[in-house]
Amino acid sequence: MSDSTVKADLSYHLKSALSGVGIPTIIIALFWVLTLFGGHFVGISIQSLLSDTLKRAGMNAVLVLAMVPAIQSGTGPNFALPIGIECGLFAMVCSIEMGLMGVPWLLCSAALCIPLAVISGYAYGKLLNAVKGSEMTIATYTGFSVTALLALAWLTLPFTNPKMGWMMGTGLRETIQLDAVGAAQILNNFMMFSIGGVDVPTGLFLVFGVLALLVWLFFRSKMGIAISAGGINPKFALAAGLNIDRNRIWANVLSTVLGALGIIIYSQSFGYAQLYTAPLLMAFPAVAAILVGGASASRANVSNVVIGVFLLQGLFTTSLPVTNELFRGTDLSEIMRMVVQNGIILYALTQVKRGG
Amino acid sequence: MMTDANNMLDAKNAHELNKNSGLKAIGSWALEYIVTIIFVLFVLLGFAVSKDVSLNYFFSELNSRVFRNAFLVLSLIIPVLAGLGLNFGIVIGAMSGQTAVAIARYYGLGGVSALLLCSVMSFFFAGLCGYFTGKLYNKTRGQEMIASLIVGYFANGIYQFLFLFVVGVIIKVPATHPMIKPDGIGIRMTVDLMPVNKGGLKYALDNVYKIPFMHALLILALAILLVLAIRYWQNIRRGHAHKNRPMTFAFNILMCLVIAGISAHAIITKSSLMMIPKVPVVTGLLIIGLCFFTEWIMKTKLGQDFRSVGQSQHIAEVSGINVDRTRIIATMISTILASWGQLIYLQNMGTLNTYNAHTQIGLFSVAALLVGGASTSRASIKNALFGTILFNAMFIMSPEIGKSLFGQPALGEYFRTFMVYGVIGLALGLYVWKANKKNKIVIE
Repeated sequence: MSDSTVKADLSYHLKSALSGVGIPTIIIALFWVLTLFGGHFVGISIQSLLSDTLKRAGMNAVLVLAMVPAIQSGTGPNFALPIGIECGLFAMVCSIEMGLMGVPWLLCSAALCIPLAVISGYAYGKLLNAVKGSEMTIATYTGFSVTALLALAWLTLPFTNPKMGWMMGTGLRETIQLDAVGAAQILNNFMMFSIGGVDVPTGLFLVFGVLALLVWLFFRSKMGIAISAGGINPKFALAAGLNIDRNRIWANVLSTVLGALGIIIYSQSFGYAQLYTAPLLMAFPAVAAILVGGASASRANVSNVVIGVFLLQGLFTTSLPVTNELFRGTDLSEIMRMVVQNGIILYALTQVKRGG
Repeated sequence: MMTDANNMLDAKNAHELNKNSGLKAIGSWALEYIVTIIFVLFVLLGFAVSKDVSLNYFFSELNSRVFRNAFLVLSLIIPVLAGLGLNFGIVIGAMSGQTAVAIARYYGLGGVSALLLCSVMSFFFAGLCGYFTGKLYNKTRGQEMIASLIVGYFANGIYQFLFLFVVGVIIKVPATHPMIKPDGIGIRMTVDLMPVNKGGLKYALDNVYKIPFMHALLILALAILLVLAIRYWQNIRRGHAHKNRPMTFAFNILMCLVIAGISAHAIITKSSLMMIPKVPVVTGLLIIGLCFFTEWIMKTKLGQDFRSVGQSQHIAEVSGINVDRTRIIATMISTILASWGQLIYLQNMGTLNTYNAHTQIGLFSVAALLVGGASTSRASIKNALFGTILFNAMFIMSPEIGKSLFGQPALGEYFRTFMVYGVIGLALGLYVWKANKKNKIVIE
């Protein structure tokens, strides 16, 4: 083989590898590397940046994973993620009310949120079947409405545990400290170790790994394949005798359950359960993350989740200290977060083929 | 005998049928206007349960809110007719307006002339932004509404980049300027626009000429009376007498007379209703002017294009209309109108909430339009004006209901947010659901 053919071969392989990777993925990856170098030059240790990245990625990963079933079933990214999130929050609040602490609190929250999420996910799936063609817009406003409705609930429901209430008056606090129930970073600290100064939150990754594996297996089961088929070509799937409407509902039930579990994992890592308006915009970073991972509004898999959440959260976590160091007195990282996150969603929307 | 019985049975059946279809008609009418009905009931409930809302307080609040917001809501009509759906992207227009105001404030300009300058500046800013938003909508066909929401968030990021980073880091500004943050980087959270008599922009438009609320009501009622009468008479003269609906006409005339009577009575007896603050005439005229402009433009060639593109892009394309261009123009007009609407809003508020004033504009205006009975593909001036009044009435009453029923005004505020999101979700959902049902029937 001559030298030139090797070169041609190499460039061909490079091209085919790159064509599999979308433009957003490349741009975000480049930006991330750039901020990491920037951090190095302004004197922030790369180890601490990477530690933070691992933590943030693990914290958000399950919320991003929740996008996979919804996208695969053809209903588009789950912009109504707040529905699942509110189920998770409700379960957490109930577990605190029961007086549970630590691991039992975590398990009870997880066990409680699943039936809640199944019921509301089912209702949400039904709704989506009634509004085919405009799922994304309706989903966004359904999520917003549910958040506002639950804000009313937090204010009026008769919870009595003093760990969650205001000093005076009724209603729950806006942020509930999970330190108080001994559950802050409970998963992160499980079997945590560090390599060369980089902390690896093992428990967090284990939980995500198990859930991701389950989702991966699910989409290799008969039902999972049927869901994907309905998402790729509804008419063909209908002709093949698949019940698309039912599959769409189950996919969104799964997505809502993952959203509920996701917020529990998120909150324990964050150390606070955030109520009221906090869940309102939480769907957007999750949607952006899976798109960065190379998913489109109609196709996604677990690897998109892993790549996307590491790149996007990596960029967001490293840019904060780096830009603060570079441009003192500005909040450039927050601005960048808004532009990047929404820019990616817009880019994905321009790629949506019009459904016949 | 038999035939008689049969006839009777038939008559009975027919009667039943009529009753059923009557019920159905009422049902479908209620479904069509469900959002409006909910809001009317809510406001009435507010009046029933809250004791400390006087009619005066209600009307003065409503008065200022309607004059502040009507222009923005009206700016949504053209995109709806052009088939773009509800343009949440008017926040970009609002940001353009705010940029113009910030520039005027920075150079200490004030008065009507400064406001005119602002409107010229925002015309260009908003026109440019509207052009790009329109391009984006053309690329996200079928998903314009979610795209318009997200492009609003996206633009907000760029807006903050301009106001928090470019001003100060790239463009050097004196830290001593009252609208710049003390560290010399970025514009403050709230910027006082200064009253117009001290060389500022506050009330620059509102204070040009004002008349008492009751006088305005009287003039308006009489004007509507006149228009109705002329239209009725013209229809007869042109031989379109069948277009006249005597019952509706009589009802409208009666309403106008009652309102005129109440205002005349209040003016003569100088009752407590005269305490309602004065009405800004020029702002009102601008709003009326925009109503006429919208009516007029829909009658031009361009307006016909909007309509045909709105009905079917495919048929419009085939009949030689440049669909993409028409949609971009509709978006540009909407964005420019929204930027002017934001100018009216800001001069009335008197302070520029630099990073918050625009964020809710899109949501609230869309909700107001929907409350007025509009849908994704159908909107009229009537919908916009009625919706603005009803939506703002809900806004005033909501905390009062929270206070008197639950003893918590905060509850009312969360409830208000819920109503805004819920209304948009419900109205959009019902619209798609009905359209899908119709499609299914056609296919079957």
